[in-house]
Amino acid sequence: MMTILGIPTQALFGQLLLGLINGAFYAMLSLGLALIFGLLNIINFSHGALYMMGAFVAWLALNFLGLGYWPALIVAPLVVALAGIVIERTMLCRLYKLDHLYGLLLTFGLALIIEGLFREGYGVSGQPYSVPSELAGGWNLGFMFLPIYRGWVVVASLVLCLGTWYAIEKTKLGAYLRAATENPTLVQAFGINVPVMITLTYGFGVALAAIAGVLAAPIYQVSPKMGSDLIIVVFAVVVIGGMGSIMGSILTGYMLGLVEGLTKVFYPEAASTVIFMVMVVVLLIKPAGLFGKGA
Amino acid sequence: MVMKRLLLGAAALALSTGMAHAQYSDGKVKIGVLTDLSGTYSDLAGKGTIVAAQMAIDDFGGKLNGMPIELISADHQNKADIASGIARKWYDTEQVDAIAELVTTAAAIAVREVSKEKGKIDLVSGAASTPLTNDKCSATGFHWTYDTYALANGTGDAVVKNGGKTWFFLTADYAFGHNLQAQTEKVVKANGGVVKGAVKHPFPNADFSSFLLQAQSSGAQIIGLANAGADTINAIKQAKEFGITQSGQQLAGLLVFITDIHSLGLETAQGMMLTTGFYWDMDDQTRAWSKRWSEKMGGGKMPSMVHAGTYSQVLHYLKSAAAAKTDEGIKVADEMRKLPIADFFAKNGKIRADGRMVHDMYLAQVKKPSESKGPWDYYKIVRTIPGDQAYQPLSESTCPLVKK
Repeated sequence: MMTILGIPTQALFGQLLLGLINGAFYAMLSLGLALIFGLLNIINFSHGALYMMGAFVAWLALNFLGLGYWPALIVAPLVVALAGIVIERTMLCRLYKLDHLYGLLLTFGLALIIEGLFREGYGVSGQPYSVPSELAGGWNLGFMFLPIYRGWVVVASLVLCLGTWYAIEKTKLGAYLRAATENPTLVQAFGINVPVMITLTYGFGVALAAIAGVLAAPIYQVSPKMGSDLIIVVFAVVVIGGMGSIMGSILTGYMLGLVEGLTKVFYPEAASTVIFMVMVVVLLIKPAGLFGKGA
Repeated sequence: MVMKRLLLGAAALALSTGMAHAQYSDGKVKIGVLTDLSGTYSDLAGKGTIVAAQMAIDDFGGKLNGMPIELISADHQNKADIASGIARKWYDTEQVDAIAELVTTAAAIAVREVSKEKGKIDLVSGAASTPLTNDKCSATGFHWTYDTYALANGTGDAVVKNGGKTWFFLTADYAFGHNLQAQTEKVVKANGGVVKGAVKHPFPNADFSSFLLQAQSSGAQIIGLANAGADTINAIKQAKEFGITQSGQQLAGLLVFITDIHSLGLETAQGMMLTTGFYWDMDDQTRAWSKRWSEKMGGGKMPSMVHAGTYSQVLHYLKSAAAAKTDEGIKVADEMRKLPIADFFAKNGKIRADGRMVHDMYLAQVKKPSESKGPWDYYKIVRTIPGDQAYQPLSESTCPLVKK
């Protein structure tokens, strides 16, 4: 059997594929963050809490309304987006003119409150959420057993990420959005309602987090801590990709998933820190991030 | 003026303690429950241990030789520095006589150091590692509910004897995980088993697929989970997702609490072997106590072994402080070692020189969904492991208090 650095190539393929799956989550979450930062100038620290809320809404919908996985994929993002819009309209909108730090502190506080509320209500052990029956089971790929559900996560995330990128970079609506961030006054003068657009953008970014939450529910336990465990890594991803760069955050998400996957094979103890090492190196060499414009 | 009043107060205090028949400092007995109230272990320990300690105080009658018994609690957030800071404050300025529960090994050891220095009692229920009764042992420190030796001995032994000869470990990369893996390896090898490998995963960790795949390719029959709480839950859940359990490899959860099984659901957890110090549905006494506890917790939950152990240790402390007629650490500790422990948790418990409370442990198997009659009906008790066999023999202890 062929080996690379003592690891059979087949096993390595398996690990790379797993890295890609984790990368799918990083990509979806960092995309939402990049979007919100790019258009609202807010460092949204409550993103992890909203991702957790997405998973919890799916669980609550299943247990109290009998709504299954597929409806939850629609319902949860809508509910969470609504919550996000309320947050944006009542709190965040007062901070746009201030330093980034204020937005960061506010959203960090919100994250703690949201997590605390869910912890008080549901404990920390987590709630079980089953893989939908349509996606149960797996394929034997020869080099590994791939659960169908994990395959679905990668496909769903790719579609979402590329769709979002396309909408922002290639459509007229996206052009308005980008223009509004450059010069809101001028865009408003053309008769476009910039505040509403910004609110909806925040809602959309947050909805992305909620979808990631629903996708994660069958893989991890639905637990109040699932967001805070992930958010720091996702922030590192955004920083590496370049704050506010849409494509940058998507590519970096997948890439770092792969890097982490490889670390888990060669030196598992460092798996939780490798992303931060990459971040340090990138910041030293390219302070604006891999895909960021200017410093 | 202030000085005068102080002097007067001090004199009055000296007189009153001098006159009192029994010697209780500050005219009360005060117990602190120091636990994880918000983190990973707050379900298996947490608020439920405060409720359990209060139940022990109530059952004792609320007063100790006429002195009021007070209970306070705090969250150590699983951090050693926070735990020792609170312990110091409690002992120095809040007249706490004993600290109970202490989940998380690092926090327990930190509080052990402070308690030893101050000559106060610490009662460990939730933490698992054996150093607490070996090189970190103390004359006033006790380890109550279970430990890694008993877990490894119970589950490891049973699994190897059932034919699980080859092992691969998924180990949480901190003191507790290393300790649990090392203890289990010893048992596996002693029974003629082979350890094919191990991977140390970061703590905490959400995605285990990569490590599970490594375990799978090792070809080992048994994947030993030397971790706890959310890590164990996610590892078990994902092992099922990746078809590991279906393909013939078996999981051995080395530290599994009933709260973990509840979180996983029987569909996922069925068939697993585990070692526990307590199960609520063993006899009338355990059922009665658990029902009371559940009602005080607002219903819908059953106690873990850590909850039950906290009740048992607080009650035994109170009985001993009453018998010793003082709350002075070392005297109460002597009395605790003398008195036998007989409550719903430990039927025939006794405390050894190293501070280990020796009681029966239970080897349990998780029921199939079809066997379970309702919520929290999760375990079949396969075997009772007598205390003498469950815990590390005193002859192997490295505790300096053990005379050899």
